[in-house]
Parts: sequence; C-alpha cells; structure tokens
Amino acid sequence: MIAYALLFGFVAVSIALLLNLWRVFAGPTPMDRVLAVDTMVINVIALIILFGIHQHTTIYFEAALLFAMFGFISTVAYCRFVLRGDVIE
Amino acid sequence: MNIVLELLISLLIVISAVFMLVGSLGLIKLPDLMTRLHAPTKATTAGVGGALIASMLYFLAADGAVSIHELLITLFLFLTAPVTAHFVSKAYLHQQRDRGAELPATGRHCGWSTFDGSRADAARDDAPDAGDKTRNA
Repeated sequence: MIAYALLFGFVAVSIALLLNLWRVFAGPTPMDRVLAVDTMVINVIALIILFGIHQHTTIYFEAALLFAMFGFISTVAYCRFVLRGDVIE
Repeated sequence: MNIVLELLISLLIVISAVFMLVGSLGLIKLPDLMTRLHAPTKATTAGVGGALIASMLYFLAADGAVSIHELLITLFLFLTAPVTAHFVSKAYLHQQRDRGAELPATGRHCGWSTFDGSRADAARDDAPDAGDKTRNA
C-alpha cells in the first residue's frame, strides 16, 4: 500500500514541479520567479524524502537538509540584492 | 508491518502530495504576487510536514529507532518560511515604488515604510513633512 501511495506522491510532486517551472518562465516580475524557485526547492525536499522512503534508507536526509539551507540562503540573498543593491555590505 | 501503521503512512504521503499539488496550482492560478505568496506556504507546512511525519513513522516501524533528522528539517523549514515570505514581499514592494503616489498621506512627519524611507531618514531631514517631500520628489 505504501508503494502505491509513494507512486501517487512522486507523480503529484512532479506535476507540482512542472507547474512551478511554468511560473518561473512566465512570471511577470522577477520576484515571481524567485518565489517559484523557492517553491521548487520545497517540492524537491519533499521528493527527496519520498525517495528516501522508497529506497528504504536514511542517507537522503542530509541532502534534504542541504537543499533547505541553500534554498533559504539563495532566496534571502536575491531579495537582499534587490532591496539593497548588494548582498553583503 | 502493522496494517494500521501502513495505512496511516500511506494516508500521510497522499495528503502531503495533494498539498504540494494545491500549493503549486495556487502559484499558477492566483492573480498577483501578494496573493501568490499565500499558496506555497501550504506546501511548506502541510506538504513537507506530512512527508516528514510519514518518513519518521516509516523508519520508526522499520528500524525501531527514532531518527531526529526529520525534526531538524521541519524546524528549519518552519523557521525560515516566514522570513522568506517577508523578504519576497518587501523586495516586491521595493520594486513597485512608483505606486507609492497612489497612497494617501500618512499625516505624520514620516512617510510610508518601504516607499518613503525609514523614520530615521525622516528625522535626519529634520523637517516636519519630510515624508511627503520624499514621496512627491
């Protein structure tokens, strides 16, 4: 039963990633694209966790944690660049 | 594995996948960025949270040991999601500065935040209507 749920999860999260990619290309303002990339990072974290359940190993949690950190830092760095014209003053 | 536990894990995975899909669908359907900020937060909290709880239960049932990595990821995401949303909305407002003329006057010596500079800037100009002058400039 978990295998079918995982299959549904993979398909749904992949469709969500494609929708986010559409927003990245179509977003009217740059901040729309930043928000879409941030949501893509969130979806990729969920995909990695589901893949860890699928492969029955806990080794992917470090990758998920790294994705969470880098997604946050890149979003904040871009927003700070837009706000202040510089990332580190 | 226990059938009840298996059912619970499957249900959590399906719920998290549905919330992920709904969050991205909202990102497509909603009209502008301030409303679009609302949708992906559901993917962050309910989507990733459900997947992490399912993973915790699965490895607790399979290996018999509680792993703390999932709690770390949940804590990190729950701490950083409001900061990210705040930064994105602030940068968006910063890029819409020409729309500050549509706002009414604040009636104080400082103008609107993000559009007219901070209270410290208004105090430095040491004029009673520094905010209005900044916005009309």
